[in-house]
Amino acid sequence: MTLTVDLSRRQFLSASAALGGGLLIGFRTAPSSGATAGAAFAPNAFIRIGADGQIVLTMPYVEMGQGTYTSIPMLIAEELEVDLKQVRLEHAPPNEKLYGNPLLGGIQATGNSNAVRASWQPLRQAGAAARTMLVSAAAKRWNVDPASCRAQSGEVRHGPTGRRLKYGELAADAARLPVPESVVLKRPADFKLIGTPAKRLDTPAKVNGTAVYGIDVRPPGVKIATLAQSPVFGGRVKSVDDAKAKAVKGVRQIVRLDDAVAVVADHMGAAKKGLAALVIEWDDGPHAYLNTEKIVAELERATLISGAVAQNIGNSDKAMASAVTKVEATYQVPFLAHATMEPMNCTVHVRKDGCEIWVGTQVMARAQEAAAKTAGLPLDKVVVHNHLLGGGFGRRLEVDGITRAVQIAMQVDGPVKVVWSREEDIQHDMYRPLFFDRISGGLDEKGAPVAWNNRFAGSSVIARWVPPGFNNGLDPDTTEGAIDLVYALPNLHVEYLRVEPPGIPTAFWRSVGPSHNVFVTESFMDELAAAAKQDPVAYRRVLLDKTPRAKAVLELAAQKAGWGKPLPKGVGRGVSVQHAFATYLAQVAEVEVSKDGAVRVRRVVCAVDCGTVVNPDTVRAQIQSGIVFGVTAALHGQITLKGGRVEQSNFHDYQMLRMNETPAIEVYIVNSVEQPGGMGEAGTSALAPAVTNAIFAATGKRIRKLPVANQAAIA
Amino acid sequence: MPHTLTINGKARSVDVDDDTPILWVLRDVLGMTGTKFGCGLALCGACTIHVDGQPARSCITPVSAAAGKRITTIEAIGATAAGKKIQQAWIALEVPQCGYCQSGQIMSATALLAANPNPTDGDIDAAMSGNVCRCGTYARIRQGIKHAANGKKGV
Repeated sequence: MTLTVDLSRRQFLSASAALGGGLLIGFRTAPSSGATAGAAFAPNAFIRIGADGQIVLTMPYVEMGQGTYTSIPMLIAEELEVDLKQVRLEHAPPNEKLYGNPLLGGIQATGNSNAVRASWQPLRQAGAAARTMLVSAAAKRWNVDPASCRAQSGEVRHGPTGRRLKYGELAADAARLPVPESVVLKRPADFKLIGTPAKRLDTPAKVNGTAVYGIDVRPPGVKIATLAQSPVFGGRVKSVDDAKAKAVKGVRQIVRLDDAVAVVADHMGAAKKGLAALVIEWDDGPHAYLNTEKIVAELERATLISGAVAQNIGNSDKAMASAVTKVEATYQVPFLAHATMEPMNCTVHVRKDGCEIWVGTQVMARAQEAAAKTAGLPLDKVVVHNHLLGGGFGRRLEVDGITRAVQIAMQVDGPVKVVWSREEDIQHDMYRPLFFDRISGGLDEKGAPVAWNNRFAGSSVIARWVPPGFNNGLDPDTTEGAIDLVYALPNLHVEYLRVEPPGIPTAFWRSVGPSHNVFVTESFMDELAAAAKQDPVAYRRVLLDKTPRAKAVLELAAQKAGWGKPLPKGVGRGVSVQHAFATYLAQVAEVEVSKDGAVRVRRVVCAVDCGTVVNPDTVRAQIQSGIVFGVTAALHGQITLKGGRVEQSNFHDYQMLRMNETPAIEVYIVNSVEQPGGMGEAGTSALAPAVTNAIFAATGKRIRKLPVANQAAIA
Repeated sequence: MPHTLTINGKARSVDVDDDTPILWVLRDVLGMTGTKFGCGLALCGACTIHVDGQPARSCITPVSAAAGKRITTIEAIGATAAGKKIQQAWIALEVPQCGYCQSGQIMSATALLAANPNPTDGDIDAAMSGNVCRCGTYARIRQGIKHAANGKKGV
């Protein structure tokens, strides 16, 4: 099928936005035509072709390991008919009108696994529009019918005469043509790039030390600063004795803020030594007695009263009353830090008339706004240089670090790079929220689920991050994975209560809402199967007739994992099924539990249907990555508070999965021509329930609170 | 006080305290930013360099400990036979994601391969488990080391 898309309508992005499954908050209008200066051809905000033949693609999404710097260019290059080797990439400047994410309410952000989803139509259209204009320009030059010309590998060719013109040679002519009102997109059968493994464009620089992350920038004369922020959220600096710090060789300046102290030095070694030599007295403020237990108790209490109804199907209370078997449980997931490998950092040069910042951020426009607001400058006086991100996972959707760095830089003469120690990074993160869930289910005489009640309490990140997305006590992220389940449940009732913990800031974390909800729903589905004395795969399978894509991934994962085959004592298999980020996915985890409760995830089999695959190698890489991220959190991950302070500080007590603990991971991709789904996060959220269900299979012990830690020990 | 270091075959002079970790000399004093800061406590391996061919965590190795020794960093590891093989394998198998930890991973992997041309899975676990990758590229790192060890025979 050939798609003809009308570009004249303003609903430029409606096709991709209508996919849903994510933060479907608003629409935006078409990217306006970019400026066409000189002989350069820039038919839209994403493509620029110079007379020198240089093809520059402007990337609205930032690269943080997810492969977007390859998959997004593939979409444009496919339709533009250029090879990936022929293009050069640039970060988009802050400009929400041109580069806002339609699936994130028009905010210029990279997150929620929606870059490919948001770009699938518009960036192919952008490429096709440019190609059409270049072909027209060539046909005009040759005085032939455009239909007799075709574009290939960065040039236009005239079939009958064999004449060729490179895009660069046509740029000036093409720039004078009107942008076409409609374009013809290629048929999937004609794709040359989409669906074929592509070499990542960012890899060579990442193996020889030349890739530049935010932390690597070195504007001339830059000083290095590191900081201590109030160990209790909301606390203040009471006094600072900096005599010893100032005596440290290389220390240049001590910057005192209301709630933080920074040491500015010639290098980080001196800054850290200086910081350690400071004697700081803190006023801990109102949260000095805050601890995790209090927060959990508050959420637990909250779930005793009604919340906002996120979804209601049938009459769950009535069905529950007549159920033959009832199952009730409470679940809990902890606060989690992002722990990006590149610690938080931001380099700032504040001058009287302007400010320049160098950073790796998922939110370019917000970065600029934060710097401008803090420095008291108009927006156009702030220049943001974006860089590769040494991991994002949601941490760099926040601008707290940029605000902090500008506060410090305002007191420093010349550029200063503010670098968080790992301890500061972990103890002053903005955390994946803690949630408490109260869930119950009812089964009929055959064991089939006839009632499902789920009520949970915790923070809404959306309510703070994009307030218009929070309506009537609900937001689409916090409930994703708890509602619109893949299963045919005749009676379902889900409620959410927004309860913000005092003092501790919350934020998006890889796999966002589903990171919590899929653990609860897929664990509880397993509990229902166990109560019905049925096999967990068979039990789910009969509920999936109306969601064939979910059923297919479940069957594929089970088959590849050898579901049902005998395992040694102490080893179990667990399954999970997920529809999130517009992707269907099933995982089977094989877990070994030793007598002392040590858990080893030996193998994870994942079947995924993410619709049309853009770069198959990236899909595999993201599943592998998401699973390791998920195992890390499931087994080890938790941030706890005591005396208002985060108790964890570095990788010894906020542990990451390591090489020797990594399971064998198998990925099976379902062939599909559906619209592409998100891949950056899907692998993470499905992992925890597969593991805890496997622990149940191995030991009979049901884990209802993450992390697993030593809970699997047989008492 | 002044220190003379031999880094990637060149003598470099720096004037820092004796206890200054080499990491900051490389990154902030000399501008060699390929070596990364991850934890500051030798818990993650992002800062791995070679000192006389042995892997060392530069975030806890003071500059005074490097006197008279040869320091090699990611910027020059491609000039060694093992380093070149590892880099080529990393590209062939698309190992990096965010890439931030990969300088350290490559330095650890190169030291392993130079000392042990045919490492077993156990050898790889022992040599590489000190290097954290938050993107979870471990499976490809393991494959990459085997790929480099076996040449083009693959994994």
